[in-house]
Amino acid sequence: MKKIALGLTTVALSLSAAISHAGDVEVLHYWTSGGEAASVEVLKQEMVSAGHNWRDFAVAGGGGESAMTVLKSRAIAGNPPTAAQIKGPTIQEWGDLGFLSNLDSVAKAGNWDSLLPDVVSNAMKYEGHYVAAPVNVHRVNWMWANPEVFKKAGASIPTTWEQFIVEAKKIKAAGFTPLAHGGQAWQDATLFESIAMAQGSKFYNDAFVELSEQTLRSDEMISVFDTFKQLRDLVDPGFSGRDWNIATSMVINGDAAIQIMGDWAKGEFTAAGKQPGIDYVCYPAPGTSGSFSFNIDFLAMFNVKEAGQQAAQQDLARLILEPKFQETFNLNKGSIPARLNMPRDQFDSCAHSSMDAFLASSSTGDLVPSMAHGMAANSMVQGAIYDVVTNFFNSPSMTSQEAVDKLARAIKASM
Amino acid sequence: MVGLFVFPCSDSFYSEVFIMKSQNSLRPTSVQRKPKQTLADWMPKIVMAPTFIVTVVCMYGYMVWTGILSFTSSRMLPSYNFVGFDQYERLFNNDRWIVALSNLGVFGGLFIVICLFLGVVLAIFLDQKIRAEGAIRTIYLYPMAISFIVTGTAWKWLLNPTNGLEKLVVDMGFEDFKFDWLINPDMVVYCLVIAAVWQASGFVMALFLAGLRGVDGDLIKAAHLDGASTFTTYRRIILPSLKPVFFSALVILSHIAIKSFDLVAALTNGGPGYSSDLPANFMYAHTFTRSQIGLGSASAMVMLGCVLAILVPYLYSELRGKRHE
Amino acid sequence: MSNQTIKQPSKVLNNVLRIALYTVLLTMAAIYLMPFVVMLLTSLKDVEEIRSGTLLSLPSTLGFESWQKAWSSACTGSSCEGISPYFLNSFQIVLPAVAISTLLGALNGYVISLWKFKGSDLFFAALLIGCFIPFQVILLPMARTLGWLGIANTTTGLVFVHVVYGVAFTTLFFRNFYQSIPEELVKAARLDGAGFFTIFYRIILPVSIPIIVVTVIWQFTQIWNDFLFGVAFSGFDTQPVTVALNNLVNTSFGGKEYNVDMAAAIIAALPTLAVYVLAGKYFVRGLTAGAVKG
Repeated sequence: MKKIALGLTTVALSLSAAISHAGDVEVLHYWTSGGEAASVEVLKQEMVSAGHNWRDFAVAGGGGESAMTVLKSRAIAGNPPTAAQIKGPTIQEWGDLGFLSNLDSVAKAGNWDSLLPDVVSNAMKYEGHYVAAPVNVHRVNWMWANPEVFKKAGASIPTTWEQFIVEAKKIKAAGFTPLAHGGQAWQDATLFESIAMAQGSKFYNDAFVELSEQTLRSDEMISVFDTFKQLRDLVDPGFSGRDWNIATSMVINGDAAIQIMGDWAKGEFTAAGKQPGIDYVCYPAPGTSGSFSFNIDFLAMFNVKEAGQQAAQQDLARLILEPKFQETFNLNKGSIPARLNMPRDQFDSCAHSSMDAFLASSSTGDLVPSMAHGMAANSMVQGAIYDVVTNFFNSPSMTSQEAVDKLARAIKASM
Repeated sequence: MVGLFVFPCSDSFYSEVFIMKSQNSLRPTSVQRKPKQTLADWMPKIVMAPTFIVTVVCMYGYMVWTGILSFTSSRMLPSYNFVGFDQYERLFNNDRWIVALSNLGVFGGLFIVICLFLGVVLAIFLDQKIRAEGAIRTIYLYPMAISFIVTGTAWKWLLNPTNGLEKLVVDMGFEDFKFDWLINPDMVVYCLVIAAVWQASGFVMALFLAGLRGVDGDLIKAAHLDGASTFTTYRRIILPSLKPVFFSALVILSHIAIKSFDLVAALTNGGPGYSSDLPANFMYAHTFTRSQIGLGSASAMVMLGCVLAILVPYLYSELRGKRHE
Repeated sequence: MSNQTIKQPSKVLNNVLRIALYTVLLTMAAIYLMPFVVMLLTSLKDVEEIRSGTLLSLPSTLGFESWQKAWSSACTGSSCEGISPYFLNSFQIVLPAVAISTLLGALNGYVISLWKFKGSDLFFAALLIGCFIPFQVILLPMARTLGWLGIANTTTGLVFVHVVYGVAFTTLFFRNFYQSIPEELVKAARLDGAGFFTIFYRIILPVSIPIIVVTVIWQFTQIWNDFLFGVAFSGFDTQPVTVALNNLVNTSFGGKEYNVDMAAAIIAALPTLAVYVLAGKYFVRGLTAGAVKG
């Protein structure tokens, strides 16, 4: 089943790369919010200065649904883009279908094996060969807060979910929206995932990676749903269908106190010119301070025919791992670099704490893949979880026991 | 993702209207022409050939292909591992699909009834020698020109309880006014109805207006001479003669309802939860986002079944009617 | 054809009724206009006014900066050229697609109505059913077909897709219109030695204006407003304006610029709006001609 181009061909490719300099890279992505777009611009500039043509193929939509439709349509047409932004397990699915091109030579030259943490490099390999390049590591279990609002409401930063609910009620009483949230399935799941993580990494992994029915039906899971339902009263009535960055701007503008969202939200704060520790503060989501739920963005490289394109593709992969790019991109995006041992002085305190947590958690086993962002299970299981979670959050009558039943059944049906 | 899809609908609309009319026109059905074989005899077939080919391939071919996929375990991309009726079984065990189907029932029923009612009433009102009829007609008709991709944000605002109609009315002094259907799972489907009626009812009005303008003036005059009131004239003479228009409007509207996609994608994206999902959105989500092509194909086949259930009786009566002529 | 003249109730009652009638009609007009008015007003406000005001509050000053920005400098993803390039893309897709599908539709309708051959009615029925398939179904197989034809992700490819799924509709329009033309007319012309195309060109086309207008308006609106095909089959440089609009609305830099979003939305809708407003009269007239009088 070795469908990807291997060995000799790769050498031939990298040789031809040396000969033909300029090529086109068409990059399909869904980085369209402010911080994200600025980050892509960095990569674009790098490629242009390396003599290539950057063809920006942005297809908006937070979860990337439209972008994935485009990718499938292009792949089936036999005309895939040079590179596309896709997620962990999906890389394996594309690899199975033989669409991805081999980056081993670039990886070897760049010494990727030692540069990258295992959790990153394993996700980007298909059958032991590098097929994608990681641009960043996101931490999903973050809590963003507006200290001004907290001060006005006389509330303090919560460290457990029980405390969260107590403080949030104070904030609500003071006339602010406690929790900035957007009613989209993936945002509901992001919130849910952070609550589940507070039950410990073993529980989390058993539930969302191993999909153990016993854990899914456990009392802990029921209490996760209980907490989750309580949060429903802490969002404003206009949350329905709101995009995540609009929710972030509610915190930025001081309309809302807290957002539970991955660190891409920091990109929005940065783009709005806000300073961490002054205009906003970042804390791990309640009860998850030692844990790190990761969401890694990759650019997977697709098989392309033209030699110029192939060369440009290899160059793209190389540039993505360059320290300069990793630094600039992640400063804009809010995430931390995918490669280890980067200089940290440019990054802010939130990023530092993220980097520390990443290193610490990878040795304690508290480094877990994000379910809400497709790192833990395939898209079928993920979809099944989304359905139950979002339906539960929005239906006043469903009990936690019912939700747990539905979750266990839905996951079973989609495996 | 803001979705897509532009009212694919009313293809049939003219067809229906025109077919009705054509039934009344006198036209021999069998033609006796047998001149010698020339290029001209082949011309009609040559001209039709491209359409024939694309219809066979791009409509029926694809349909059959989708039908085949619905019996396979296809996930991210099509595969041919046959699993019998498994996907259909999964489909009807899927809570979300049941919600989508029942939404279609509620949404479709209300949408059709309200559009027909508004269409008839507005058309009759507009037919009363109204000043500035052209302007008013254009205003009623313009929503049809714009897709929900464009008006989606405005609609979301209008329906949103914190900054939309609710706030507007509350600011006017009616403090108890509540309009939060958009975030209420039990009511959100009515939001879809409102927006869909807004888009299509003007069009239905135009249909009926065209129908009204075509009613034989002598009939109306005769009725009036007999002393019938305006109301009676409409009820007894004019409306019954619009039956064909009424029927075509019904078919078009059911068609719009079944294909509705943009609407949900732009307004609610299925939410809250999945309470406002419609079958087309279910299919799209499963085929493309969730890598369940087999399940998505099965749902597409069920949708096609619904379409055929409406269309085949109609076509049957249509073609049979012609034979009797 | 109206009927107020013959049977007249008292003048007063009549006046009351007419006032009520106008009230209803104008209220409905206001309701229909509401979403558009909201968009228009929002596009003219600045961001601060949008935050502080209500949906229907008037802008304090009339500024078209947001329109300018939407047209030429707003960002969609990482390219900041506004929606103007995509606007042109849309025209490059729409114009040929409308022309080709209308022409094909006219010829097909002509054959199905006036040059019947064995199976042409059956084919018509098949065509009618065919245009009811949900478009989401055909995305994957069409992608493969376009790949085979070597026109994937090009303007040509998009034109092809729109023609394929438009021709069923246009054929229906023309077929139903031509049904009312007596077949004897064609027969007589044939006896005079006129050929297939001569008859079409000399006799049929001149009477087809109303239905051509209807078809062109219809197709133009459909194709211009398309998003699904546009997003699935376009390349990075052939995206139509609806796709660009969606990108633009989803791109924001620390706070949404609703005024720019709304301005872009209105710009994207302008061509179809113009067609309906300017040609709407002919649209309804064409309907009337085709539907009822023949």
